[in-house]
Amino acid sequence: MENVLEQYAHLGILLIFAAIFPSLPLIASWAFFKFGLRPRMPNAVKSDTYECGVETEGPTWVQFNFRYYLVALIFVLFDVEVIFLFPLAVALDSVVVTGLVAALIFIAVLFLGLVYEWRRQALEWR
Amino acid sequence: MVLSEFAGVSMPDWIDALLRIIFIVALMTIMAFALIYLERKILARFQARVGPTRTGPIGTLQSIADALKLVTKEDVRPITADRWAFELAPYMAFVPVFLVFVPMPFTETWFIRDLNLGLLFVFGVLGLNIVGVVMAAWGSDNKYALLGGVRAAAQAISYEIPMLLIIVAVVMVAAGRLAVDGDASAAGSINAIVGDQTTTPYILLQPLGFFIFIIGMLAELHRPPFDMPIAESEVVGGYFVEYSGMRWGMFFLAEYTALFLLVVLASSLFLGGWNWPFGADVGLGLQIVLTFVKTSVMIVLVIGSRALFPRLRIDQLMSFSWKVLLPFSIVQVIANGIILAYGGPDWVVGLVSFGLLVALGGLVYYIMSRKQGEGARTVQTTPATPRVITAPEVTPVEAGGD
Repeated sequence: MENVLEQYAHLGILLIFAAIFPSLPLIASWAFFKFGLRPRMPNAVKSDTYECGVETEGPTWVQFNFRYYLVALIFVLFDVEVIFLFPLAVALDSVVVTGLVAALIFIAVLFLGLVYEWRRQALEWR
Repeated sequence: MVLSEFAGVSMPDWIDALLRIIFIVALMTIMAFALIYLERKILARFQARVGPTRTGPIGTLQSIADALKLVTKEDVRPITADRWAFELAPYMAFVPVFLVFVPMPFTETWFIRDLNLGLLFVFGVLGLNIVGVVMAAWGSDNKYALLGGVRAAAQAISYEIPMLLIIVAVVMVAAGRLAVDGDASAAGSINAIVGDQTTTPYILLQPLGFFIFIIGMLAELHRPPFDMPIAESEVVGGYFVEYSGMRWGMFFLAEYTALFLLVVLASSLFLGGWNWPFGADVGLGLQIVLTFVKTSVMIVLVIGSRALFPRLRIDQLMSFSWKVLLPFSIVQVIANGIILAYGGPDWVVGLVSFGLLVALGGLVYYIMSRKQGEGARTVQTTPATPRVITAPEVTPVEAGGD
């Protein structure tokens, strides 16, 4: 296996491709417009915000359920947990029982956190 | 090594990488087009229709016709939209999905690069996809788009956690098995995991893992029964309401590319990818056929789920991830850790995982049958007064006359 930096250098090449590839249909679309094959006729009604035919009332960036923020916070917690568990998983054969106990305590603390959130009804959706 | 395998030509590393990237780009485009056609045909069959038939032989050119129509369609941008967020959002949704193809093994040697931490890379980069969705939702300046966007974000992050924990469990199993050959440090690379499944696909060792992965996959792809973010009857199409023409087409393309990607990933991790059941010595041709047979079966499953399942409510969706899947996947990780640290044999791992899967099924069945009885969630509705609808007087039309 090559060294790690070299592996990820190829990602750079792919990133350039990844940026170019979706541009191609957009460029094609623009070229169609230039040759008069694609219409562009905006008017006041067409470029208005779509809302099933009625005009929009009030600000569009409305308040939404605050539980989305709670979910995001809990997500960050558990995402970090997974990142810490990943090295353990890869090195499982060399982890002795003490290492396993340490990892289990780590998981148990987070599991307790989940139970706490559950009891405080942070996971309920109302 | 794509070319050098066949022609014996040695070439610089970066040309080799470029060839592989072009191969992946071509494959991805073909697959996206094929998937759009397949989805329409399979769904039509489920609904006793025939689907597209007019464009080309049995409608096979339908996707190309769709693409042409999208490219020549007017690109409407709402006047109040945030211009930069609106126009860059399709890129942000598409580029991460594209990048994740780097470590995907189609055969033993056909991948762009075999990354050492391939699995972590896949989920780290795939998660960025949601930034594009939120940008689209915010930039559109539309209430429905905003609601669809936050729904999509909440759903994606909720289902990512059980999926990631299951990946950790799979890596544990792989590390335990690869340690016998003495290179357990390769367990993070997808190709090494596939290479280990010559005799035993991991679906036998981690049936619960396969189940949770499929569910998480459907949720990440916004497929029914998890399609609240793009539910037409609730948020009129979700975060891409305001998009039209090719920008909308790019969201579409990103979705189908992600479908192909996750299906390849699932078949590599659980169904043995190019390896099982013939082993590594059968040559490139048969290996790529194996990969495509497995991915096709799973694609039909995923598309069929759209015809088979009704849509969930958002509270059911969130509860299912956080209260059912997450505890079960944590238990799976702990069980794998204990069994493998004490050197337990493979069949114990498989049996424990299967037991957990049965327990999960039983729990879901219990919850659902309980909710049908004395409702856990009682909706207070006053009984509607029956309305008497009087049909207007219509003179009957002569039927069957010529």
